[in-house]
Amino acid sequence: MADNSAAAVQVNAHGEAHNPALLHHFAEPQQQRDAASLGMWVFLATEVMFFGGLFCAYLVYRRWYFGDFAAASKTINMGYGATNTAVLICSSLTVVLAVWAAQTARRTLLIVSLVITMLLGVTFLGIKGIEYREKFVEHHVPGASFSFDKVPIPGHPGQYANPRHAQLFFSLYFVMTGLHALHMIIGLGIFLWLLTMAWKGRFTPEWHTPVEIGGLYWHFVDIVWIYLFPLLYLIDRHP
Amino acid sequence: MSEHSKSSPLPTYFAVFFALLVGTALTVYAATLDLGKYNAAVALTIASVKATLVALFFMHVKGASEKLTKLVVIAALFFLLLLLGLTMTDYATRLWS
Amino acid sequence: MSMPTPMPQPERENYLNKEYGVWSWLLTTDHKRIALLYLLSITFFFFIGGFFALLIRLELLTPAGDLVQADTYNKLFTMHGMVMVFFFLIPSIPAVLGNFLVPMMIGAKDLAFPRVNLLSWYLYIIGGVMMLHCMLTGGVDTGWTFYAPFATNFTNTKIVEAGLAIFVAGFSSILTGLNFVVTIHRMRAPGMTWSRLPLFIWAHYATSIIQLLGTPVIAVTIVLVAAERALHLGIFDPKLGGDPLLFQHLFWFYSHPAVYIMILPAMGVVTEIIACFSRKRIFGYSFVAFSSIAIAVFGFLVWAHHMFVAGMSVYAALVFSLLSYAVAVPSAIKVFNWTATLYKGSIHYDAPMLYAFGFLGLFTIGGLTGLFLAALGIDVHVTDTYFVVAHFHYIMVGGAVMGYLGGMHFWWPKISGRLYPEGWARLAALIVFIGFNLTFFPQFILGYMGMPRRYYDYSHMPEFQVLNVLSTAGATVLGVGYLLPMIYFLWSMRYGKPASDNPWNAAGLEWKTASPPPTFNFDEEPVVTWEAYNYEELDAPHSEEVPVGR
Repeated sequence: MADNSAAAVQVNAHGEAHNPALLHHFAEPQQQRDAASLGMWVFLATEVMFFGGLFCAYLVYRRWYFGDFAAASKTINMGYGATNTAVLICSSLTVVLAVWAAQTARRTLLIVSLVITMLLGVTFLGIKGIEYREKFVEHHVPGASFSFDKVPIPGHPGQYANPRHAQLFFSLYFVMTGLHALHMIIGLGIFLWLLTMAWKGRFTPEWHTPVEIGGLYWHFVDIVWIYLFPLLYLIDRHP
Repeated sequence: MSEHSKSSPLPTYFAVFFALLVGTALTVYAATLDLGKYNAAVALTIASVKATLVALFFMHVKGASEKLTKLVVIAALFFLLLLLGLTMTDYATRLWS
Repeated sequence: MSMPTPMPQPERENYLNKEYGVWSWLLTTDHKRIALLYLLSITFFFFIGGFFALLIRLELLTPAGDLVQADTYNKLFTMHGMVMVFFFLIPSIPAVLGNFLVPMMIGAKDLAFPRVNLLSWYLYIIGGVMMLHCMLTGGVDTGWTFYAPFATNFTNTKIVEAGLAIFVAGFSSILTGLNFVVTIHRMRAPGMTWSRLPLFIWAHYATSIIQLLGTPVIAVTIVLVAAERALHLGIFDPKLGGDPLLFQHLFWFYSHPAVYIMILPAMGVVTEIIACFSRKRIFGYSFVAFSSIAIAVFGFLVWAHHMFVAGMSVYAALVFSLLSYAVAVPSAIKVFNWTATLYKGSIHYDAPMLYAFGFLGLFTIGGLTGLFLAALGIDVHVTDTYFVVAHFHYIMVGGAVMGYLGGMHFWWPKISGRLYPEGWARLAALIVFIGFNLTFFPQFILGYMGMPRRYYDYSHMPEFQVLNVLSTAGATVLGVGYLLPMIYFLWSMRYGKPASDNPWNAAGLEWKTASPPPTFNFDEEPVVTWEAYNYEELDAPHSEEVPVGR
């Protein structure tokens, strides 16, 4: 397919734009775009429930073991979490810019936005890795070597967190952030594919559905983080 | 896709972007205050505002030409609340007797 | 096709004879071929699950534990449950009949995402192979519910592998549901409004909602179980501060609605059959349609009635008990509307209708005994007895499998282009009905008398033997009833009489195309100008616009 958008769009006998990307079982491009977009939204609804099970477990144990959760939460570096939130927000901006660039046939902006998005995604994972490493060094990774001795409960002088309950916090922390990171990695894969498509000039103002639905996915992963950040990093932080 | 033939959406995008950054700063700041049991409520409210902004403007729920997208979002949230809410009917009352 | 059909031409190109060869099947994106791939695979798993059931019934023939050891017995009922639930019942009607019919009934050329549809079959197969491997290398002994903390901290059987198999198969189920929802929203033919949709479609739409919103929760629960087993995190371990009941909450949040994944499509099938064989429009169309959605939503409100005696809050139990009664309302609405449809209908007793009748009776018994279990007081008495086993088999086998078989007979001419032998089919329907009741009705009595489920040895209670012998005898009859259709369906593929486009003179778009249909279902894009179930119109002597194929 040609690099410029005009050549990628053939015009059929009725004078309508007929895109070669139109699959046989759809009557018209609009139907195909609507189907893809609805498909992604419905998929995101399943993702809400997927994370929902974890939020449910989190809610139960946070209510039960609030002090221990607060103590455990305080040992995570809030700076990393806040930075990562900002990184993801920036990446969401570059994603909407990419979608806008595709809509308005700005190929260079599209490619640059996709590249920056991916760089921000990798930055997020890098910071996450540093954070995990710190937890590993501090023996805060649940399992045989877990230790959480004599960590005071915030607001309750002289009381120490129960290591087992703190371990529950870290279990949830690792499962939740781990699954979130897995979604980020999948997102990077999707964006790599989008980048190669954009590089080849496949996207036109008439057809750039993959950019749109890939963007929806990325924003959703961002939203999950927007909740994970206060829930995991900011329990009872005040001095 | 959606009808973006109107004015450029860029100012909106940047406004939302700054609002999200401000929200992040705000939630970090609020966490350092002692608001008693309202700390969690404040943190979740800010998170929900941020999430709503992303959904409405970045994911274009606001400009969606039909109600179906909104319906999917509402359905997902509704079932999430069912999961959390009905589970909590057990945990909130288990020790009553 | 919207014009009157000419005589059926034997050499017409269709989805079966368009291409040949293994790869034309394994790489197909045609929803009809994928439906047949599913048909083969779920039949395979049905017989594996049935084999386990046979061994269970043989063991219970005598009070002593003489055929197998206790451990083996535990594995038998576990693997029976896991295979039947996750690899037969959940995909049965949606992935076979739904896959085949949903696009055709709404006048579409295919599902919205044909490649995703194929992916969903491959995921099912990957999950199935993992489950087979798990079985052959030792299996699981926890019961299909794999409750924590036994499953997470104590048993040495292959929980993680079975869990991952279910996880993968769950994604297959999610993708099927996603495809249906998008297809039903986006791919309807011109004129096919929501109020003209066959109720089979409404039922599948409701089913898809559950698949989409319930399955992810069990998926993440399996992730937690796997993490718990690998690392001993303590999430469900009371010794480490976890709560085993949280597992049950998360498990039943999916697994109770999953019952409706099994029964709703069967309800859809039965609705089509009842309308066709009483030659009437379905009474209360919109009530039947919205009761499907109501079942899907209410189904999510009742899960903790599985946990009444598990130590949950009494107050929450009250709430869940009340809500469990509520889910009976839309089910009852359906039964009443089916009955009203039959009233003064011109009823034909063809094999599909016999299955539909069987469904009506057995589902009603299963549903009403469900109310016993929703009642807190009675539930305490019958929890973990054969009463529960009988109840859910009346729903899942008496309801879902009856519906599945009825649907297979009803649409077999469309699927294969051949007629099955009607006499044999009626006989098989009768055998299945008798065998089923003989197997499971005694179990209600056994359970009420107090026989616990999951015991392989009841030698301290030899008075239970008579009913157990009846049950085992019934299972044998039931087995014959299930083998028969498989034999004559296979026979009919070669020797059956060629079917016309519409052998039942049924309403519905799927009957307005060839049998078997061409690859893209319709030669011309259909335009719908009539209401669903216009049997009065079809049967009117002067009807000329509507093609009649008999």
